[in-house]
Amino acid sequence: MMASVQWAWSLDGWIILVGAFAAVSAALLGNFLVLRRMSMLGDAITHAVLPGIATAFFITQSRDSLTMFIGAVVVGILTAFFTEWIRNAGNVDEGASMGVVFTSLFALGLVLLVQTADNVDLDPYCVLYGAIELAPLDTMDFFGNEIPRAAVILGAVTLINILFVILFFKELRLTSFDPALATTMGYSAKLMHYALMVLVSVTAVASFESVGSILVVAMFVVPPATAYMLTDRLGIMILLSAIIAAASAISGHAMAITVPTWLGFGSTTTAGMIAVATGIIFLLAATFSPTHGVVVKAVRRQVLSMTILCDDIVAFLFRAEEIDHRTPTAEELQENLLATNRALKIALMLLRRSGELQAGTTSLHLTDTGRRRGQRLVRSHRLWEQYLVDRAGRETDRIHDQAERFEHFTDRELREQLAEQTDGPTEDPHGRPIPDEH
Amino acid sequence: MTPLHDLLSIGWMWLVLVTELPDLLSAATQSTQDSLLADLIRVVSMRDYNTRVVIVGVATLGGAAGLVGSFTLLRKRALMGDALAHASTPGIAIAFIVATSLGGDGKSIPVLLAGASFTGLIGVAGILLIRNQTRLKEDAALGIVLSVFFGLGMALFGVIQQMQTGHAAGLEGFIFGMTASMQAADAQLIAAVSVIVIAGCLLLFKELQLLCFDEGFAGAQGYPVVVLDIILMAMIVLVTIVGLQAVGLILIIALLVIPAAAARFWTETMSRMIVCSAALGVTSSVIGGLASAMFPGLPSGAMIVLVCSVFFFVSMMLGTRRGVLIRLIRRRQLNRRIDRQHLLRAMYEQIERDQDAVDESLSHRKTPVSVAKLLSMRSWTLRRLERAIDRAVEDDLVRRSNGSCRLTGAGLTEAARLTRQHRLWEMYLITYAEVATANVDRDADAIEHVLAPEVIDQLEDLLDEQGTMIAVPVSPHDIAPEAEMENKTGGGEA
Repeated sequence: MMASVQWAWSLDGWIILVGAFAAVSAALLGNFLVLRRMSMLGDAITHAVLPGIATAFFITQSRDSLTMFIGAVVVGILTAFFTEWIRNAGNVDEGASMGVVFTSLFALGLVLLVQTADNVDLDPYCVLYGAIELAPLDTMDFFGNEIPRAAVILGAVTLINILFVILFFKELRLTSFDPALATTMGYSAKLMHYALMVLVSVTAVASFESVGSILVVAMFVVPPATAYMLTDRLGIMILLSAIIAAASAISGHAMAITVPTWLGFGSTTTAGMIAVATGIIFLLAATFSPTHGVVVKAVRRQVLSMTILCDDIVAFLFRAEEIDHRTPTAEELQENLLATNRALKIALMLLRRSGELQAGTTSLHLTDTGRRRGQRLVRSHRLWEQYLVDRAGRETDRIHDQAERFEHFTDRELREQLAEQTDGPTEDPHGRPIPDEH
Repeated sequence: MTPLHDLLSIGWMWLVLVTELPDLLSAATQSTQDSLLADLIRVVSMRDYNTRVVIVGVATLGGAAGLVGSFTLLRKRALMGDALAHASTPGIAIAFIVATSLGGDGKSIPVLLAGASFTGLIGVAGILLIRNQTRLKEDAALGIVLSVFFGLGMALFGVIQQMQTGHAAGLEGFIFGMTASMQAADAQLIAAVSVIVIAGCLLLFKELQLLCFDEGFAGAQGYPVVVLDIILMAMIVLVTIVGLQAVGLILIIALLVIPAAAARFWTETMSRMIVCSAALGVTSSVIGGLASAMFPGLPSGAMIVLVCSVFFFVSMMLGTRRGVLIRLIRRRQLNRRIDRQHLLRAMYEQIERDQDAVDESLSHRKTPVSVAKLLSMRSWTLRRLERAIDRAVEDDLVRRSNGSCRLTGAGLTEAARLTRQHRLWEMYLITYAEVATANVDRDADAIEHVLAPEVIDQLEDLLDEQGTMIAVPVSPHDIAPEAEMENKTGGGEA
């Protein structure tokens, strides 16, 4: 909280490095938590380790970080174990069993801490919300250089997690997507589960000691979830999540230093801002991702429905011309196609612009281009009807709806194949002529 | 309505306890010299105004949380309260900043709670949006909202600490709770909110129940599913926000999850479950609150949760419906029954094989079957077989004579019935399910133990009606000499 408002590489560089290490190491494992639908486990573990720390302190009466680390990791693993046990033995749903375990352990930890903290400084606030800003000040000797202790520890954890993910990539992938298959193939899903839990505990404890629990919880879930919005491949997802985690560490710290100054304050908590930064990245990805983004999906849906509406209009006009050589009115169109007024208006405008409807008049006349499109569609429709009756043995009165759906996705090649399969018919099952390909 | 009635009686008992007990016990305290005992009585009788305020506050909160918690548990949203409680932190910070910069009291509870509810609701909306609009699942949605909102809250707290105008000390009470310093006004607020929530749950009991068990059906029945969902969420928000201030961020989650999860072990009926859960919530709050009042070193929120956990553990072990022990016993009973059925059928089939064609004489049922032969008939261990035989001997179905055993009259009846059941099912599988004859024995094995008498009747009718020859099961009834066996035969033979 005391970080300088001016950017100083000797200080901010280390803060960013420590934050990035914590973020990347958590994000790597988080991919598998998200895929296994155990995203809340990071949250549970970071809260539950309190009694571990207190007990370690109780036993050794010192604030030696190694004992506390071990105590915390043991309780972290116990959290995962108890959750699993209550879920299986008690037949309780996963979220509830997690809730029972971590709140109980947290309460136990609070009681223990109050008993111990009377004589020594062991503040639950400090335990849970370690300050990343202070990380550069706590240095240790590392091959002759003075390096922040957190950077060394988290660097090691990151390395371990990278190695774990690379070495056991196949096993992790199998057990995450199909535990039953993995078990039949000879990979123990249970063993991988607990290996993952051990590493999650180690990562959570190592990180929150130096950077605070909130950052850990965020990094276990948000970067992998963001990557999941962007890709379908696990390898790329893991890589992306690591990059996103590192990017949010950098931008988060920058935001922590700059944003409050706009309002006339000093800098604020870096850990909190890193969580906010990764949240912003998630929001962007969830909205604009080219594959799974909400906006992109909505736009794609709109475009598709507009294309289909245009198809329907053209086909309708073509059929009307074919039957009694007249142009239907806009009201007739709306009645038959069940489209909203607005959608119809936009579709007609699009058709006029693309030169498929005669421009400059309100009546609906197809141009030659439009007529050709209508011809293609009607040909597809009738070929499909013929095919469904001929080859799929459908009843004549049931084929229209299906053909209506298929006609929009039938290209020339498929039409030729259909014609071939149905021996080049000239009439559809209802006795209407099938237009030629032009 | 039963739950309403039960809750009212619990509430009444509670009221009596609060109002009468202090007077009843006051005489005892005056005469007591021992200070520890006096302390104990003073606390248990709640003669301290402060203790009484705290206890009433947390008890009503526990009841309301237990009630709402049952619905969220059944909707598999147990951790919703967790995400919500975290999501309310930026609201607290924003409310504080806005109130102080406008010159008001930044630590006024209603202002802070309004802020907390505001961002809490945004958080809920975020969770629902992520879950419904993206391909992420509920757990990821909870995790994202929880951590990002809490991160924002922490960042805002970082800003608050630099503010000149108001000192932020005490705001962290929202995270660890500040039960002990609860004022009468706070308790009133909690009680008011709890009563609203309890009333809401009871009034909408039928609708919420349907929502929890079959959302699709509820929608098809014309219930406004989305509105009900929002009402349920709003009630969680209310409980969480007032609880946040009373017992702290983590511990309100416990009150929402643990009593409901514990109640689930005791009953399969929704109305009983909510009563049980509310009662557990109230009881643990009272015990936890009293414990912390007695030993000033113990934080009350944590004590309440620990009492909850003890109740949970006991329920999980001893629960009469889904408890670990009862399920273990049930499974053992089923296994024993299956073993006995296997034993009897194996003996019957062995006798049948030895006798070639079963004749009318009584002699065949005296035929001893050696244990070794029985052992080779199924893939069971000797130990298991021996135990099954021992139990069958106890029930007078089988007699033992050195190294082999034979059926008694009752045993033969039972064995014949079981064999018939097995073969009927085999016939059914061959005729209707077109299972290959070679596999049919194993398939029938899996289901014969759970065939209800009505199913057997139906099988008989079905196989009879279709004119299927039931070649196999002719034996037991024709040869049975006892009169009562003919009654059981029914129309089985084709």
